[in-house]
Amino acid sequence: MKATWRLIKPSRRNLRAWQLVLLALLFLAWHVLTVPGLLPHFLFSDDNQAAFFFGQPLKVLDRIGHWFFVDADIYKHLVVTLWETVLAFGIGTVLGLGMGLWLALSPLAAAILDPYIKAMNAMPRVILAPIFAVWFGLGVASKVALGVTLVFFIVFFNVFQGVKEVSPVILANARMLGASRRQLLRHVYLPSATSWVFSSLHTAVGLAFVGAVVGEYLGSAQGVGYLILQAEGSFDIDTVMAGIVVLTVFALALDALVGRVEKALMKWQPQAAETEKL
Amino acid sequence: MTPAALSLEGVGCTFAARDGTPGFTAVRDVTLAVEAGEFVSIVGPTGCGKSTLLNMAAGLLAPSSGQVRVFGEPLAGLNRRAGYLFQAESLMPWRTAQGNVMAGLTFRGAGEADARALALQWLQRVGLAAFGDRYPHQLSGGMRKRVSLAQTLVLDPDIILMDEPFSALDIQTRQLMENEVLELWGGAAGKRPAGAAGGRKAVLFITHDLDEAIAMSDRVVILSAGPGSRVVGEFRIDLARPRDVAEVRSDPRFVQLHKAIWDVLREEVLAGYQQQLAKA
Repeated sequence: MKATWRLIKPSRRNLRAWQLVLLALLFLAWHVLTVPGLLPHFLFSDDNQAAFFFGQPLKVLDRIGHWFFVDADIYKHLVVTLWETVLAFGIGTVLGLGMGLWLALSPLAAAILDPYIKAMNAMPRVILAPIFAVWFGLGVASKVALGVTLVFFIVFFNVFQGVKEVSPVILANARMLGASRRQLLRHVYLPSATSWVFSSLHTAVGLAFVGAVVGEYLGSAQGVGYLILQAEGSFDIDTVMAGIVVLTVFALALDALVGRVEKALMKWQPQAAETEKL
Repeated sequence: MTPAALSLEGVGCTFAARDGTPGFTAVRDVTLAVEAGEFVSIVGPTGCGKSTLLNMAAGLLAPSSGQVRVFGEPLAGLNRRAGYLFQAESLMPWRTAQGNVMAGLTFRGAGEADARALALQWLQRVGLAAFGDRYPHQLSGGMRKRVSLAQTLVLDPDIILMDEPFSALDIQTRQLMENEVLELWGGAAGKRPAGAAGGRKAVLFITHDLDEAIAMSDRVVILSAGPGSRVVGEFRIDLARPRDVAEVRSDPRFVQLHKAIWDVLREEVLAGYQQQLAKA
């Protein structure tokens, strides 16, 4: 008894297992609470309503199975949504990085543009989606444009802050060692800002997805957002849920990818209580 | 007569205030020369503008009045013939020890392979050959200072500026480092063709530790309490070299010098202390 407990007691070792158990429990609770007739209804006026409003996990999984394996018809939608997300993420990051570096290093330009940047950041940018649809049509471009406006500011503000927080001593030291302006940028400002950039990139991945899906939701002919919109039109909650699950999984995967790159690039950073096995 | 390696001629530094009030004058009318191969220390109470003086010598800060000359040439912009050892952590945390030591070489256009080899050679000289692939956070405070030392000396500067470089170290590590610096500095005489000063570098060393100043220097300059500090005393340290910083402290001449300098310094320290109390 004791030995079994020691084995399953939550610890660093079986972290993953516990996370999976939690997921299974969530699905189980969802299942038990929504299958018509399994439990006496207590919140709704009849047995079928819980399933109508919340969907049923088995049907959701079945839907996902059909999308990926039986009908195999989600791929073209998924590819579109992922392509929009990656493009928005890439373009937004590069623009934010460039702009952040430029404005952090030229205080005068930053001072002039300051109110405009604040205004554009404060503006609820999702509302630009219909305008982008008019400008760029209902294809990929309008979704990318929306995603870029969301990603750009997150990255921009972090780079701006990161560059401003470069240690003045490290900077003075690099200058004394003979670094030119360009070398300072490459060898001091950029590496110093990377930890800020990566913390922003995790948020940015999610926002790139938001841009793509919201854009599709507002007007498109393909993409996962389009599938969700279609299903919603016919009150098919199971399909809506299935779309949400698929999007979440892919957002997680993209975030993990960013985490992987971060780990490789940030290996110089001290880990908490790092010890070396001899 | 050959020009001094570094000379400050009546330099003053006033930091501009933002709101139109008169600025803060850190140092006023300081004249000081460091001959080639000479080791000069500046001591003074805290907040007396020692670091400001050093930053002006480095060209990181332009003097408000007066002028800095480097080997007779008026200094404009950064002092290219000087290396600077900072008080705070100055290593790039994203570069390994070796990467840090070779940074200056590659900045100045040296080839990657040459820079790597020379950096390794200097890491050996400061006793860190086995730690070249470590990042700064993986090294102890003393090791990081050694890497900084190698980073500065690998560029073979004619002038070395040091701003309380060992103040953050424990007393044993500190004495070890002091001796090492003296050895590297004195040892340069033998390794290079004897010039006017035997190839030794001119050193301007800033400290608040009088023992350290006397043990290491040829000359100790005392700065008055700020603001508007100026030179209030100057002592030639005629102790024989090579010295051991721990042993030299029991030398009767050391004790004599210490007393003489402390007599001047004490008043400034008290004055500085009073001013800080008045502000608080």
